[in-house]
Amino acid sequence: MKLIFEKSRKGHSVSVLPPLDVETVSLPAGMDRESALRLPELSETEISRHYKELVDQVYGVNNGFYPLGSCTMKYNPRIDEEMASLPGFTGIHPLAPAEATAGCRKVLKEAAELLGEISGMDAMTFQPAAGAHGEFTGVMLIKQYHASRGDVNRTKIIVPDSAHGTNPATAAMCGFDVVNIASAPNGCVDLEALKAALGDDTAGLMLTNPNTVGLFDPNILEITRLVHEAGGLCYYDGANLNAVMGRVRPGDMGFDCVHMNLHKTFATPHGGGGPGAGAVGCKAFLKGFLPGSALMGDGAPIQVRSFAGNFLVVLRALAYILMLGREGIPEACETALLNANYLQMKMREIFTPAFDRLCMHEFVLDLSDYKKETGVSALDVAKGLIDFGIHPPTMYFPLIVHEALMLEPTETEDRETLDRVAEIFAAVKQQGIDDPESLHTAPHKAPIGRPDEVGAARNPIVRAEL
Amino acid sequence: MGNFLPSTPEERQEMLGALGLKSVREFFRDVPEEVYREEPLNLPAGKSELEVARYLKALSEENKQYHLILRGAGAYDHYIPSIVKYIPAKEEFLTAYTPYQAEISQGILQSIFEYQTMICELTGMDVSNASVYDGATAAAEGVSMCRSRKRTVTLVSGAAHPDVIATIRTYLYGVGTELKIVPVRDGKTDLEALKAMLTPDVSSVYFAQPNFFGQLEDSEALIAAAHEAGAMVVMGCNPISLAVLKTPGELGADVAVGEGQPLGMPLAYGGPYLGFMATTKKNMRSLPGRIVGETRDANGNRAFVLSLQAREQHIRREKASSNICSNEALCALTAGLYLATMGPEGLKEAARQCMAKAHYLAAELSRLPGVSLPNPGPFFHEFVTALPKQDEVLKKLDEAGILGGLPVEGGLLWCVTEKASKADLDKTVAIVKEVLA
Repeated sequence: MKLIFEKSRKGHSVSVLPPLDVETVSLPAGMDRESALRLPELSETEISRHYKELVDQVYGVNNGFYPLGSCTMKYNPRIDEEMASLPGFTGIHPLAPAEATAGCRKVLKEAAELLGEISGMDAMTFQPAAGAHGEFTGVMLIKQYHASRGDVNRTKIIVPDSAHGTNPATAAMCGFDVVNIASAPNGCVDLEALKAALGDDTAGLMLTNPNTVGLFDPNILEITRLVHEAGGLCYYDGANLNAVMGRVRPGDMGFDCVHMNLHKTFATPHGGGGPGAGAVGCKAFLKGFLPGSALMGDGAPIQVRSFAGNFLVVLRALAYILMLGREGIPEACETALLNANYLQMKMREIFTPAFDRLCMHEFVLDLSDYKKETGVSALDVAKGLIDFGIHPPTMYFPLIVHEALMLEPTETEDRETLDRVAEIFAAVKQQGIDDPESLHTAPHKAPIGRPDEVGAARNPIVRAEL
Repeated sequence: MGNFLPSTPEERQEMLGALGLKSVREFFRDVPEEVYREEPLNLPAGKSELEVARYLKALSEENKQYHLILRGAGAYDHYIPSIVKYIPAKEEFLTAYTPYQAEISQGILQSIFEYQTMICELTGMDVSNASVYDGATAAAEGVSMCRSRKRTVTLVSGAAHPDVIATIRTYLYGVGTELKIVPVRDGKTDLEALKAMLTPDVSSVYFAQPNFFGQLEDSEALIAAAHEAGAMVVMGCNPISLAVLKTPGELGADVAVGEGQPLGMPLAYGGPYLGFMATTKKNMRSLPGRIVGETRDANGNRAFVLSLQAREQHIRREKASSNICSNEALCALTAGLYLATMGPEGLKEAARQCMAKAHYLAAELSRLPGVSLPNPGPFFHEFVTALPKQDEVLKKLDEAGILGGLPVEGGLLWCVTEKASKADLDKTVAIVKEVLA
């Protein structure tokens, strides 16, 4: 595909603005931009066709099966988009007077109440714009809490080795030392390792439950009790909340604060990498530490971005929760578990599950043996799946499983799709046995072949030459 | 009730049967009894699409839609061309995940590569990332980039946006870096005070051009002072103004950041917005977040990938340059599309119109009795007026469907964009005049 700059033709333009109707003014001497502004010049037709060309090389949830583990790629309802484009929401200035923003504030209040009920938390902020941003906010709650008590020697955050990379990175951004603890052979928290790590320097624990191998930690109450006994707080990474929503609440498991990825569990679109929303909930005793906007004058002790957050994302999540309601929330959760277990059952005939037992919303395949036999890696299999028109699963995560493929089908797939996906996996497996080379070089039917990532990092070209 | 499930309860029962199970309850066998909830949560009953649409539309009507918005302060009411609203709504752009699988994500990757190039062009810098959450987080990540072991103090101009200052403060509190505020004089960063504060332990200085009060800073002098003291400069920018103002690159700033919302994103009560970040080649590897790079595929054709990932959390974990994962990709696509639609001349025209119309309103208002402009320096599209009966002025404007300036220290902070016509501004002045008469 040509870059938009390569399609640019001098003088092509879109007519947008009327002529200036007041006197023109000049900048003071020396303040003018000197370099040319080399933006592309195109007509509206050309722009429209350029983005059509781009969109034809994108795979979204609407295209087909998208089992990206830990990402909860469920269907994104269109009604949410329509609500998010109502002028009564899009045209509202965040600093308009309170009486002019009553509708927006009701949206936030209602979403906070419903998400508080779902998570078992007492208070909520929507300022964080994504999951990792929510983690940062949550761990800052923990930091402020200890500081407010003069408990200044709590310098460590405990993170299991199965955790998302954002967890340790977040703890470091908040100035904590990270204590990584090894998982038990069953993929869950090793209680002995946890006990050994806990002490009077423990600020808290960051945990995903169900964890990143798709298993619910049966010792969860013991885990949160131990952390609390040591004087630490418990942070719930809500990346996998879809697996329990409506049936188990982080607040009831003993967690003190939580982030929820509205762009996962609550069906708001991922947009190719954002915008998301990382709503953070906490128990009442942490409420006073939640962030707010200095300019909006809410007197909050910290702030993690401007204004009130990604409002239109929260609005979409609210529309989704209102539609599902008290029956639909657990039904969506249970169907996600059913689909994952059904697919795992089918997959067991093809590849080896890393943990061969009932799973929650996702499961991990371990292709180590297959690779030994055929030389075909998890990456090769993932790329081979692309030629069959499905999106590959998450690869090489969690780090505790080698040659991992992590599948999360979500609730918005039917049995026929799951059956067909299993057939595709079987076909790719057989392809690796019959003709491994064809998988080393896959995909063959995608818009591009395998890109040279090493070359990209070694010789970075990160903008177009104009 | 909507549930978006493509399967019927009967089909699901069959699937359960295939698993040899009787009830979905069995999936929760590891959950301690005392935390499993048999009873439904205290949530309202599910509603149909029509009911939800009706309800939310009614809520949207509880907000007041102004005919004219003369308020900025970090959220700017620019005209958004129609095509800029339609293209990002395409389902594939909307529903794709982060482009981990490059082979089926070239459209997103290329849109980000084009965005990065346009941000470099706007700012005059060498390298842009794929975006961060908003302008405030871009500023906070920017000063975080500049930290070093020896230099433990960050200076932030008191003329920066209050939300930006508070966000930087939070990020620096996280890692234990000291923040000091540079005093404001006549609505601008006090250069002499800055010079006195530039001790050898200062890692970076943040200021915004134009600043929170709309004033144009003497960027050259501020940057020279910082560099002389060995500190780096993180410069906050309004992206529309960059079409006409000297760029951070021309001025020698080390990091350029800003709020990208003016580039085609609606006000939307504060978000989603877009944080842009760009820096010099030298600092490329300390830039946080996703960066898209150009490479070749196995057949030798041009291809785009997420690159330089050795900086990032999923590889480096606690040693990463930031924890950022999801960013604002669709907003970055929107910004690139907006810039392509406006083109070089259109963007310059928008900038010139903002500036001209703001100056027109400032001049007309300051002609009224009792109205003055407390800040003497040049400005772009925002300015402060000191005027009597401020509350009544705002009230009368509000009644006429006009959102007036924001009350700040020293008066009202007004913003005028290309959307306001001369007639709109004349009407505004007439209302203020009537109140003050």
